[in-house]
Amino acid sequence: MKPTDIASPEYFHKVVDCQWACPAHTPVPEYIRMIAAGRYADAYMVNWHSNVFPGILGRTCDRPCEPACRRGRVEEEPVAICRLKRVAADNKGDVSGRMPVIPEARNGRRIACVGAGPASLTVARDLAPLGYEIHIFDGEAKAGGFIRQQIPRFRLPEEVIDEECGYILDRGGVVSHMNRRVDSLKALLAEGYDAVFVGSGAPRGRELDVPGRKEAAANIHLGIDWLASVSFGHVSSVGRRVIVLGGGNTAMDCCRSARRLGGEEVKVVVRSGFEEMKASPWEKEDAMNEGIPILNFLVPKQVLHDNGRLTGMVFEKVAAQYDDKGRRSLLPTGEPDVTIDCDTVLVAIGQENAFPWIERDAGVEFDRWGLPKLDEASLQSTHPQVFFGGDAAFGPKNIIWAVAHGHQAAVSIDLLCKGEDVTRRPPPETHLASQKMGIHEWAYDNEVSLDLRFKVPHLPADKALRDIAAEVELGFDREMAYHETQRCLNCDVQTVFTAKLCIECDACVDICPTDCITFTENGEEEELRTRLKAPAVNTYQDLYVQDGLKTGRVMVKDEDVCLHCGMCAERCPTGAWDMQKFLLETAKPKAHACHSR
Amino acid sequence: MSYLPKPKLHHPKLPTNAIGLTRRDYEGAISTLCAGCGHDSISAAIIQACFNLSLPPHRIAKLSGIGCSSKTPTYFLGAAHGFNSVHGRMPSVLTGAYLANRELIYLGVSGDGDSASIGFGQFAHSIRRGVNMTYIVENNGVYGLTKGQFSATSDLGSVAKKGAVNTDQPIDLAAIAVQLGATFVARSFSGDKEQLVPLIEAALLHEGAAFLDVISPCVAFNNHPGSTKSYDYVREHNDALNRLDVMLPRQEITASYAPGEVTEVTQHDGSVLRLRKLHADHDPTDRASAMHQIMERKAAGEILTGLIYVDPNPTALHEHLGTIPAPLNALGDAELCPGVEALDRINASLR
Repeated sequence: MKPTDIASPEYFHKVVDCQWACPAHTPVPEYIRMIAAGRYADAYMVNWHSNVFPGILGRTCDRPCEPACRRGRVEEEPVAICRLKRVAADNKGDVSGRMPVIPEARNGRRIACVGAGPASLTVARDLAPLGYEIHIFDGEAKAGGFIRQQIPRFRLPEEVIDEECGYILDRGGVVSHMNRRVDSLKALLAEGYDAVFVGSGAPRGRELDVPGRKEAAANIHLGIDWLASVSFGHVSSVGRRVIVLGGGNTAMDCCRSARRLGGEEVKVVVRSGFEEMKASPWEKEDAMNEGIPILNFLVPKQVLHDNGRLTGMVFEKVAAQYDDKGRRSLLPTGEPDVTIDCDTVLVAIGQENAFPWIERDAGVEFDRWGLPKLDEASLQSTHPQVFFGGDAAFGPKNIIWAVAHGHQAAVSIDLLCKGEDVTRRPPPETHLASQKMGIHEWAYDNEVSLDLRFKVPHLPADKALRDIAAEVELGFDREMAYHETQRCLNCDVQTVFTAKLCIECDACVDICPTDCITFTENGEEEELRTRLKAPAVNTYQDLYVQDGLKTGRVMVKDEDVCLHCGMCAERCPTGAWDMQKFLLETAKPKAHACHSR
Repeated sequence: MSYLPKPKLHHPKLPTNAIGLTRRDYEGAISTLCAGCGHDSISAAIIQACFNLSLPPHRIAKLSGIGCSSKTPTYFLGAAHGFNSVHGRMPSVLTGAYLANRELIYLGVSGDGDSASIGFGQFAHSIRRGVNMTYIVENNGVYGLTKGQFSATSDLGSVAKKGAVNTDQPIDLAAIAVQLGATFVARSFSGDKEQLVPLIEAALLHEGAAFLDVISPCVAFNNHPGSTKSYDYVREHNDALNRLDVMLPRQEITASYAPGEVTEVTQHDGSVLRLRKLHADHDPTDRASAMHQIMERKAAGEILTGLIYVDPNPTALHEHLGTIPAPLNALGDAELCPGVEALDRINASLR
């Protein structure tokens, strides 16, 4: 194998599994250490910088970081990263003084953002401090988009949304046009904006197309619309027996909301198997803990009604079959159909994109699924001034992806306005700094906690089910949060090896608690992986290879289960190993030279 | 030196041996020796060897004297019996323990100061008597604890860290062990675990006095140009006699070698020592050949390593003395006080 190039920002970034997995690349270990030190406001700002909505995401994020967490590979469960983020938000105090200054002088550029959801708000957050004038349009009265309309209050209190939207909308540089639905892209472009960002979400719920749907329409609702109505207080009750169709997180929000509005027998019915459901495991668990059964492999066949009054639904039983290519199809098992009585049906079987307001001759091309044709990195459409992000770009994803798109689009818009090539993406900023303080003293806390993951306290179920606005998760208190932070392995503190200092004494090999380090003859990666001190079977994780040793061997470190405990560096007599903190910040638009900050 | 204990978390695929233990279960407390000390590598090799042999840690007794080397038993086999004796007196304490209970596996750990200076006589007599033990000398050629004066194993002409040149002849402990009748003699290097681990395994299985001289660089005081026990010097001058594979009695022997390449020595317990020869003219079961090899390689300025001598059918002190097989602490009143008749018989035999 060729020696690893640690100067490439990719290499060490990938070692920080959580940050690598986060679409917005939040420097997770950095803020977890701040929480441990009681620096909640600092931790909040690290988050705010990367993901814009720490308080919201600390409750609702899809947390791609957690399945990626190295702790899950050396112990049972990952660090509760998402819930720690919330701790930073809950304890931060007043951070308004830490927000970037919005300059009085504008730079003369005007940007329109369609939709006031997380993607558009991120664009505004990134560009307003540079002097851009941002105009945000939304058909609703309040900003937040999906966050405000479809996430139930028992998961996300409205004050949190108000606060975090306020940091963007109420500090100047952004003009909100609420209650104004954009109905023509051409008209918008004609208003002379330098760029248009479309962050209008994926607003249409997919319809149920079975006999009886139309006749019983009064008691059948599209999940996301129903959730919005609940959120705004238009709906305050539901039938006693409720069927929720669909297996995604929206279905989980629907069924749990229904339980709180008087639904006594709430059932979730899903076409696919339990494992393939799109809902996050913890959301399924929370629903089941509230007494909601999930019924799988049932395909809706018919809506039963009595002169338009909904009485139940008929489902066909299916089983998953896989062809040679591993493609799944759901085939009827031939068993008798299943009939479930109900008073209300909530349909949460997916969302569709809809851009009725974009004229087909506006210069924006769409693919055959109705999604805009985009450059994946710049998010630029076939109309050079029009950018897409969030669910409007590649179909329904989640908040953290919307934020990541917002950052990328902001970079693109800034490049466009400066007359530069939007496809030439600026590299991330990285810093690598030794953590050595003494022979066995580091600037980070290298002791590895053996605690198992702490559970977030919940409101008792009897209280939670009585009040739709009562937040179910209470969040970690400071002490629990501290103990949870100690489970973080500090994967951003990298093991950096300098071959010319090494005397090959084996001290690092002997001390490494997880057998990561081997000195051996070089070879091809596949073969080398088999003859390390512990076979490196997780091929997704890189091998760190360095040559230049006196014996002609190479140092090979399997990054997979390194605890970043620093023992190798403590036992190294020559300082060939050093623990160095790698901090990566994705490229954000920077202030123009002519505008001092 | 580390303040923190080694984290308990281990590799998720860490294997277990025949008695269900992982290698980590054979560890001891974290080392307080200088970072990079060769002794820590030897501790790691002992841990690996005991794991490989699936030895129950509580059936091992580790004994040592005074010095850096003699601190190391704290850093391996935390669940074994331990005894840290007076300087140079490990061999006699070990001999006593062995006489009291031959059912334990005895591992003596010593250094060049402990065995070649203050305890030289103790070393000689324990070997000479054929105590069934594994005697490891962690040989760094300096008195590390007193800041690097030459020890009795420092080579003639070797230069100290501050520039003094050694004018005394060195003691070659391996040569002396062969001469004194050790039934297993090997030399190795702390920086070569591929060689060291099988040698420790073979020594632990050997049912007689097994002696291992392990060159172990002192990173603080004897790892500089001019030293003959530095990592670089030993690597450049290491002349291995053979490569050893240890096959346990029930283990299937699969690989085959051309005749002449391999010597197989079956030990008394049934284990097979398979030696891939690197020196064609050496027979490891021939003491005279062993002495000859040591002398010849030394004259050539090389450090001879590998299995130098093994007697496949050793005898040990208990057999020489005809002592009772049961451990003394397991004897009851009947054996300990056999009565007037037995005493009369003994007295009669002396008349």
